[in-house]
This record gives sequence, C-alpha cells and structure tokens, in this order.
Amino acid sequence: MPNRSRAAALIAILLMLAAPVGAADSPNLTLLNVSYDPTREFYAAFNPLFAAYWKSKTGQTVTVNQSHGGSGAQARAVIEGLDADVVTLALAYDIDAIAKKSGAIATDWESRLPHDSSPYTSTIVLVVRKGNPKHIRDWNDVVAPGIGVVTANPKTGGGARWNFLAAYAYALKRNHNDDAKAREFVTALYKNVGVLDSGARGSTTTFVERGIGDVLVAWENEAHFITQAQPGAYEIVVPSVSILAEPSVAWVDANVQRHGTAAAAKAYLEFLYTPAAQRLACKFGYRPTLTAVLGSCGTSFPRTDLVTIASFGGWNSAQARFFADGGVFDQISGK
Amino acid sequence: MTATGTRRPGFGRGAAAIGLAGLLLIVFILAPVAQIVYEAGRSGIGPLLATFADRESQAAIWLTIVAAAIAVAFNAAFGLIAAWTLTKYRFPGKAALQALIDLPLTVSPVVAGLALLLTFGTRSPLGAWFAHHGVPIAFARPGIVIATIFVTFPYVARELIALMSDQGRELEEAAIALGASTWQAFRRVTFPSIRSAFVSGVLLCNARAMGEFGAVAVISGRIRGLTDTVSLQISNLYDDAQIVAAFTLAGTLAAIAIALTFARRLAAHR
Amino acid sequence: MRRRDPIGGRPLLLGTTLVLVAAVVILPLASLVLALHGTTPATFAGAVLTPRALAALRLTVGSALGASIVDVFAGLYVAWVLARYRFPGRAALDALIDIPFALPPSVTGIALAVLYGAHGAFGAWLEAHGWHVANTQLGIVVALTFVAFPFVVRTVQEPLAQLPAAFSEAAASLGAGEWTTFWRVTLPLLGPALLTAFTLALARTLGEYGSVIFIAGNIPGRTEIAPLLIVTRLEEYDYAGAAAIAVVLLAVSFAMLLAINGFQRRMTLARTTL
Repeated sequence: MPNRSRAAALIAILLMLAAPVGAADSPNLTLLNVSYDPTREFYAAFNPLFAAYWKSKTGQTVTVNQSHGGSGAQARAVIEGLDADVVTLALAYDIDAIAKKSGAIATDWESRLPHDSSPYTSTIVLVVRKGNPKHIRDWNDVVAPGIGVVTANPKTGGGARWNFLAAYAYALKRNHNDDAKAREFVTALYKNVGVLDSGARGSTTTFVERGIGDVLVAWENEAHFITQAQPGAYEIVVPSVSILAEPSVAWVDANVQRHGTAAAAKAYLEFLYTPAAQRLACKFGYRPTLTAVLGSCGTSFPRTDLVTIASFGGWNSAQARFFADGGVFDQISGK
Repeated sequence: MTATGTRRPGFGRGAAAIGLAGLLLIVFILAPVAQIVYEAGRSGIGPLLATFADRESQAAIWLTIVAAAIAVAFNAAFGLIAAWTLTKYRFPGKAALQALIDLPLTVSPVVAGLALLLTFGTRSPLGAWFAHHGVPIAFARPGIVIATIFVTFPYVARELIALMSDQGRELEEAAIALGASTWQAFRRVTFPSIRSAFVSGVLLCNARAMGEFGAVAVISGRIRGLTDTVSLQISNLYDDAQIVAAFTLAGTLAAIAIALTFARRLAAHR
Repeated sequence: MRRRDPIGGRPLLLGTTLVLVAAVVILPLASLVLALHGTTPATFAGAVLTPRALAALRLTVGSALGASIVDVFAGLYVAWVLARYRFPGRAALDALIDIPFALPPSVTGIALAVLYGAHGAFGAWLEAHGWHVANTQLGIVVALTFVAFPFVVRTVQEPLAQLPAAFSEAAASLGAGEWTTFWRVTLPLLGPALLTAFTLALARTLGEYGSVIFIAGNIPGRTEIAPLLIVTRLEEYDYAGAAAIAVVLLAVSFAMLLAINGFQRRMTLARTTL
C-alpha cells in the first residue's frame, strides 16, 4: 500500500531527526551542573579552567552544561528528574532535600569534601541606587515605611532564605533575642517587598533592568556583579549584622553512576578547592575558603558581624520553622 | 477587487485618515522592531557576531531548528490527515473533533507547559516509564519537542480545513469513479489544489514553533546549551545583563519569523 | 440503508486523527484536570480564592478585556482605511500588521520593556508626561494590545473587502454621509466578524505570558498575571495550587473557543484564517 509506505518513511525520518535530540551519545564527556541563580558568571569562567585541567589529566574533552535558578526550585527539579551530575546549590538544606527525598545523593555527602562541602562562602549585603537617596545604612532603614525592597521568594530561592535569616539575626541581636520582636521586624521587611522573584538573579533584573525598588537585598557576590556591570550606578551597603552563607556542592551519586561520569564529577568539585579556582571565585566576589588567595584576587571583603546557620539550630530546624509550608514566612506573608 | 468602492484619496479627510493609520502602525508596531535592531547593533558588528560564537547560543539555535523541524513535520502530516478526514468523510461528532483540534490555540502556553509536565514529569506513571527506559521527557529535549508540537498543533490543519470544506468531495468521488485509488485521488486531485494553503500553514506553524516561550519554559529544566531554545536563551542573556547578545538573538529570531510570515502571505495571495 | 463510501480509507484516517488528537491534546489536558484529583473544594478554593490569586485573575481578565476592546477599535479603523483607500505604501502598511503575530513572545517582551521602560525612547517621554507604562497595568495592556492587534485586523479585513459596494453606494445615493454610511450600514454588517475578532483577541490575551512578564513588573496583587502565578506555584512545587489556577484559565479558554465557534457558524461574510 503506497500510503502506508509513505507513512513509514515519514516516521523513519521523524525518528532520525529525533535521535540526536533524544540521546547525546558523543564520545566526549558531558557534565550537568545544576546550580543556584547568581553563579552564572563564575561557572562560565570556571568550566573552561576545569576542562583544560581534565584534558591534561585524562585526555578527555569535558563539556559542562549549566542550569541556573532559585536554589530551592533547582533542588526540587533534581528530585523531579532533572539529570544533574553535580549540584552546586545555595545552602546545605537543598542538597539534603535531594538526598532524603530522591535518595540520589548519599546522606553523608557533606563530609565527602573539605569545609563541609562548601568551597566558597558569601554573605548578604544591601545594594542601593547611586548616592543612596533613601539613606539606607543598616537593616532598620530597610523596614522604614515606604522603602521599596527587592528580595527573592524564600520558598524557591536560596539567597532569599539567607536574606530572611540575616534580617532575622539582626533583629534578634537588636532585641535581646526576642523572637516576637524579630518576627515583627521581618513582617515589616516583607511588607516593603513589592516583587518576590523566584531567584536572586530575577531580583537583580527587577532592581536593575526594571528599576523597581530602593534597596536590593542580595548576595555579596551578586552585589559585586551589579556594581561591576554598571560602575557608579549602584552602591553596596554592608549591614552591621549579616549571616555567613555557605553554598554547598555535591555530586549526584545515582546520576553519575548511570552516566559513567563519577570520576569527572568528583574531580570537578574537588577542583573548586584549588588555588586557581579559589582565586577565580574570589574575583567574582565569593569569599574563598583558601584565604591565601585573598591578596591576589583583586576583591576585598569588608568585615562585619556574621552569625552562622548554627545559631538557628542548623538548616533542618531553620527550614522547618521558617520556610516550610505554614512556617513563619507563610504566616507573615499571609499565604 | 474594489468591493467597498475603494478610492484614491484626494487631499483632506482621506489623506488624514491614511496618515493616522500609518502613524499608528509605525509608532505602535514598527518601533519595537526598530528598537531590537538598534539595541543589537549599538556596539558595532563585533559584539553582534560574538553572540553566534557562543557555545550556549549555538546550541540554542540548533535545538530550536531541530525542535521546530520535528514539530512542523509532525503537524504537517497531522494537518493533512485531519483536514482530509474532517472534510471528505461523514461521521458524527465532527464539530467536537474540530473544537479539540483548535483547543491548543486558546490554551495559555503556561497551562500547556504545566499540563505536559504533569503528563511526562517523573511523578506521572508515563513520565516515570519513559525516564526508566532512558528517554526522560520533562527537563530534557524530547519535552521541548512535545511542547512545540502542542502549541502549534492546529495551524496546518486549520488552514487546510478552511479551504477544503469549501471544495467539497465531488472531484475526489469523480476521480475514484474513474478508477483512481483514494491515495491517487488525494495525490493527483486534492493536493495540487491545496498546495499553497499547505505551504502557508507550514510556514505559519514554523514561525510559531521557533518562537514558543511559555510552554517550553515550563518543561525545559533550563539547561543552558542543552534544553534552552533561542527564546529561552534570550531571556537568560537579558537576565545576565548581556543586552547586545540578547537583542542579537532576538533580532535573528524576529527576522526569520517575519520573513516566514511574509512568505506565507505571498503564498496565500498567489 | 448503508451505502459504501466511494472514498476509502475512513477507518484508517479517522482512527489516526483520533489517536493523534487524543495523544497531543486530550492526554495532557486530562492529566491537568486529573491533577486536581484528591483536591477538595476547600483546598481548591484555598489555591484560587486567595487575595493574590484573585487579584492575578482579575488583572489578567481586566487587561485582556481592555486590550481586546482597544484592538477592536484600532484594528477596525486600520482595516477600514486599508480597504477603502488605494495609496502608495499600502502594501507595506498591510504587511506591518503581521509583525506582532510573527514576533516570538520573549522578543516582543524585551523590545517593549526597553522601549516603554523609564529610560526608553517612548518610556522617557511618557514618564515626563505622567504616564507610567513599565511595571504597571498599563504596560500589560500595551503588550497585550500589541500581541492581539493582527487577530482583529485580519479577521475583519476579509468581510470588509467583501461588503457589496452597492450597499454603501446606495446609502450614499440616498444622501447618507460617509460616517452615517459607516455606522448604519458597514458596522452592522461587520458585527459578527467584530465579535469573532474580539473573542479571538480575548482568547489570545488571556493566556499570554512571554511578552507580558518582561514589562509587567510582576508585583503580586498588582501587576502579577495569572500565568505567572502558575509558574511561581510550580517553582514552589505546589502542583495542586498551580493546577487549580490553570484549570480556571483552561475553563475560560474553553468557553472562549465555544464562543468563537458559535459566532463563526453564524457568520455569513467572514471566515477567519489567521
């Protein structure tokens, strides 16, 4: 039957076209790094560095693909099947969530790499427009009535959760650890927030490209990105109290086994701790854990009072109390 | 055709009416296009060309071409089959079938993306089955193709049905009475008369397929260099403050889509 | 009495059509509706009747209505000028109408965001005159008006061209002025086409996402459209919440489609091919 052979030919053509789409079976190695929002520029610079290292060591050509988004949303995407070889997320809890809910990452992941698998750290600062027209010097200026605040959604972002906790820590310090007062403080803060983007870079776009708000609560590295992209247009305000943010990394055991990329994935993350990578991180505004590179990377990091996640009883406790469904954030934002 | 009594305008009201319409179109529709060209070219030709040397942008362009090609081929085949079925056969429930074919036109792209994610995500049995057999659909390239097929599903079919329902089925019946097979009747009688409508539908389908944003954004997983189409890469670049690169890709995509749309008008007017 | 259909192949082709429609259209949309399985009316209301979701739905419907109404007037005007007059550049103007339809949503979005932004060529001028477009509902309406414009022009163009010249000439010979002819003769004859155009524009703008999110500001309760809220819920992995809002939008789209088909069946002059 001619129409049947025609249909068969058509299906054959479709399958041939679909084949390269379905399977990426190149002889070379490909890694997928699922990361949080503002690391785009850093990993774009880091990946060629690692590729050169891996080539010299093994002769293999490695290509690293990136996916960026709010850290919580990215973690859930991995749980839902996003095929990551490594995750480089904004906080340990998001990797724990993958380990617990999907079993794809070994539960002892944090002890597999130095510094609790946190190759660089950061903190939370405030970014204001040129000349600081609203005179924002510290967190208490941010909650003043009529100040437009831009920060991301703590339900989806990672930096957004550090932002929340940094403000909360400030309020606790100011009010002799009075939780009720701290809660009032963050309530006032989020009352001033117009736009809750899903990740840190979305907030940056809202603040910079769309021109919304008077102050952006941001990662220190993101603040560097903004002031470098548009010199003179924005100023960084370092608050008196902030939080030591520890982005975490892990390889995804189940996926690297399936892809046969275990060695490369592990080497990729270990390479983050080398002086060359640390200097690069430092250049992009991340605080290096290898402090020896501090003098040679061209970025200076102001000293400020940094609390740690331990003061909130660790991430499991902080997540359950503040950011889980029905937690403090849901209560104060009236969802 | 001079149906409404078209006239050459004199001076006065006619010229004013034309001027106002022209101004409206230029200010409202042409200005955004001019903006794209301006933003892409403002730093000179070097940065503009550098956009195309970027690996992620190249991968986005390739994915867009392949996904559109598969979606257009699929929907063109479907369009021919559906249009023939709906216009040459008698069966109950025709209106309902027609409405179902049209449905993707009115479904929000985001709703379409969500629906596909619920169908092919790892939570659904179907999605889990595909993932288990090594062909994950959600957060992978097959998902992009399926989303593109969904949003452009009706275009070829609609174009053909509009024309073929006017043609009736007498010619095919005559051909068959003279000894032709159904396939020959389609091939020799029907297809020549619908060729330009078919081309027009394919061009339209292609233009929409290459530009789709909302549905693919939901299902893509946003892997740069792997599951980001040109449309998604444009929003990545915009977020990364790479304005020249964003507008260069935007201009390229716009130029192709506009060329396809104009070609389609020419095909339809012939 | 059954007579064999001379045109063969019905079981094969009808079957193929049904299978494809089922796989491409029915399966995903059914999954969406089935995702509400286990959702009680209370949790459904909890997702859809929150102030934020209601505001998003109101904003979406309101902006879509506003843009569609503007488009019906502007589109009818442009189509009328193009049908009534012959002038140099007419073909070029006619071609321009296709542009919003051709432009990909994200391209439209960034172009409009820059053009109407506070520092853009139009935005700066409008701001100076007290009109805030970017990050306001006006911006959403501008984007939607742009996107739906070709739907209106192309829908009314054909019936406008086919209006028998004799009608307006007769009216003119009876002493009716140009406007009287337009209002009393042309417009009523175009009624069904205009209604279809309006519904098409509305159906298109209700679901629009890509071109809007760049210019809207996306402020919950004020400039956050319903499709964006669906994406936000999805990124929070609140599938039930996303599906609930999506089903509401889907129901509205479905109603629009039924309306379009209803109008088109009654239309004698127009057939819409976009």
